[in-house]
Amino acid sequence: MPNIEVNGKSIEVDEEGYLVNLSDWSEDVANHIAQVENLSMSESHWEVVNFLRDYYEEFQIAPAVRVLTKAIGKKLGADKGNSTYLYELFPYGPAKQACKIGGLPKPTGCV
Amino acid sequence: MAAKIEAPALREYPTVPTLAPGAMAESKPYVANEKMQEALGFPGQLVDDWQEKALGRMSELLANYRSLRVYMDACVHCGACTDKCHYFIGTQDPKNMPVARQELMRSVYRRYFSVAGRLMPQLVGARDLTKEVLDEWYNYFNQCSECRRCSVFCPYGIDTAEVTMAAKEILDCVGYGQKYSNEIIGKVHRIGNNLGLPGPALEDTLLGLEEDVKEDTGVDVRFPLDEAGAEVLLVTPSADFFAEPHVDSLVGYAKVFHQAGIRWTLSSKASEAGNFGMFIGNYDQLRKIALRIREAALELGVKRIVVGECGHAWRVAYSFWNTLTGIGAGADDPFAVMLQKQLDHRYKQPSHICEVTWDLIQRGALSLDKEANDHRIITFHDSCNVARGSRMGDSAGGQFEIPRAIIRSVANKYVDMAPDTTHEKTFCCGGGGGLLTDELMELRVKGALPRMEALQQVVDNHGVNFMATICAICKAQFTKVLPYYGFKMGMVGGVHQLVSTAIQLGAKS
Repeated sequence: MPNIEVNGKSIEVDEEGYLVNLSDWSEDVANHIAQVENLSMSESHWEVVNFLRDYYEEFQIAPAVRVLTKAIGKKLGADKGNSTYLYELFPYGPAKQACKIGGLPKPTGCV
Repeated sequence: MAAKIEAPALREYPTVPTLAPGAMAESKPYVANEKMQEALGFPGQLVDDWQEKALGRMSELLANYRSLRVYMDACVHCGACTDKCHYFIGTQDPKNMPVARQELMRSVYRRYFSVAGRLMPQLVGARDLTKEVLDEWYNYFNQCSECRRCSVFCPYGIDTAEVTMAAKEILDCVGYGQKYSNEIIGKVHRIGNNLGLPGPALEDTLLGLEEDVKEDTGVDVRFPLDEAGAEVLLVTPSADFFAEPHVDSLVGYAKVFHQAGIRWTLSSKASEAGNFGMFIGNYDQLRKIALRIREAALELGVKRIVVGECGHAWRVAYSFWNTLTGIGAGADDPFAVMLQKQLDHRYKQPSHICEVTWDLIQRGALSLDKEANDHRIITFHDSCNVARGSRMGDSAGGQFEIPRAIIRSVANKYVDMAPDTTHEKTFCCGGGGGLLTDELMELRVKGALPRMEALQQVVDNHGVNFMATICAICKAQFTKVLPYYGFKMGMVGGVHQLVSTAIQLGAKS
């Protein structure tokens, strides 16, 4: 298994860069993964990542895309409650890319 | 992130591509780790005596499946299949010609299971099963989506997908499994579905959908979960709960049941129609995954089992559930008999959601506003496992006609793509068979080429802006690869997404 180095600490990730141990996550780890993904974390990015992490804590899975868009729409205004906005933030797909940055497992299956 | 993947140029007149030997030699999916392998009863990693084990398993498969032996023996290398594979067309790698892919196994078959190959291997092109050959199996059998288009053109009717399935089974048995499929199968057993969506999350998602539909239509459409005594158990791919555009079809199913007054339920135990046991060619997994649905049906006491928009699930349901589980005739164990007595045989068991909807449309049970879909010019992508592995309705070709008939009933503008790319000759989306994983993106993009060419034609000639399909894999694959070819990802959607748009649930309150 590969590792990433954050603040002098070595953290195990899988072949695709998802954290192996979710407890290894920190904001610095998130910033590091985002950098590897060519993203710089803005406040808007954090809104999404934090929502994903809260939802995960309650349900042990990332929210469905529709649940996510609805929540973001409620919080940030209807113009942002759509997948176009989320894809602008996370070009590789809000579910997968935001999960990776949030230290959550990758959604699997036909998605 | 991986290097940028370039989509091949669309060709005006598709011809046999120039060969690019070795072009995809390095393409392979991640290998399943120990935990994933062992959860399915496979060795955690490549065993020391892998050659002996592989040949042993191959010998068992040849003995159990007469078909496999026939497919090993019958090929005369006529070449009819060579240019029929979307992966060969898109990658130009000659080892992606179906005949060449199968030759990877046939050459080993001749070496160990034929007299000529045992005595004079060089003369008959027989090869030892070396580690290099095993790696080649891993790479190239994981470049076959088991779509069976090549089989349509084979004069001997060789089912090439069965050869791929046998290869994957042998690889699993020596500890050389593929991560994407095996991790997912583990989740089905552990959590109940491919996605890993636990019961409470499913419940929360469904409540959210009830709110959404109420907001859109003013009508209380329910998305029931685990409701004993319902008439219909709907089994659908878990992507329908999670992903776009999949969820729009789930909304469509719910509206259909609502308007027809059919009491239905989803099940948290059988919250997945997909059955990747078929993709990896493992009968025990295929059966174990299918049995969850029988258990759920017995527990809930339903009278009908209906399958949502999932291509390979419908193949498994239509073609294999009967003997695997007793849904349909065939199995005779006590639970199968119990289920047989419980189900209402005035209906097809199982039924496809398209059969249910089409039946209701014909009986005038749904009120539909076709104009609601007037912003769409629609075409239909036949999904491989539905097209070539199943049927719908009462007459041959029902699996082609019924989805199209539904679309025509809910929309005014429909055109077909070129006939050599639809119906039984349909091209795979490029992501089936357990290949819908990010590390195979180059293969997926290139494999979509023939479908993209056919789509471009109807876009140019008829202004098509929506490609409907009835498979979760197709939907996810196209959402990803359409942009590589300059199309919008929102162009793909489900047949029941169109139904959802057109259906009139009553006046807004």
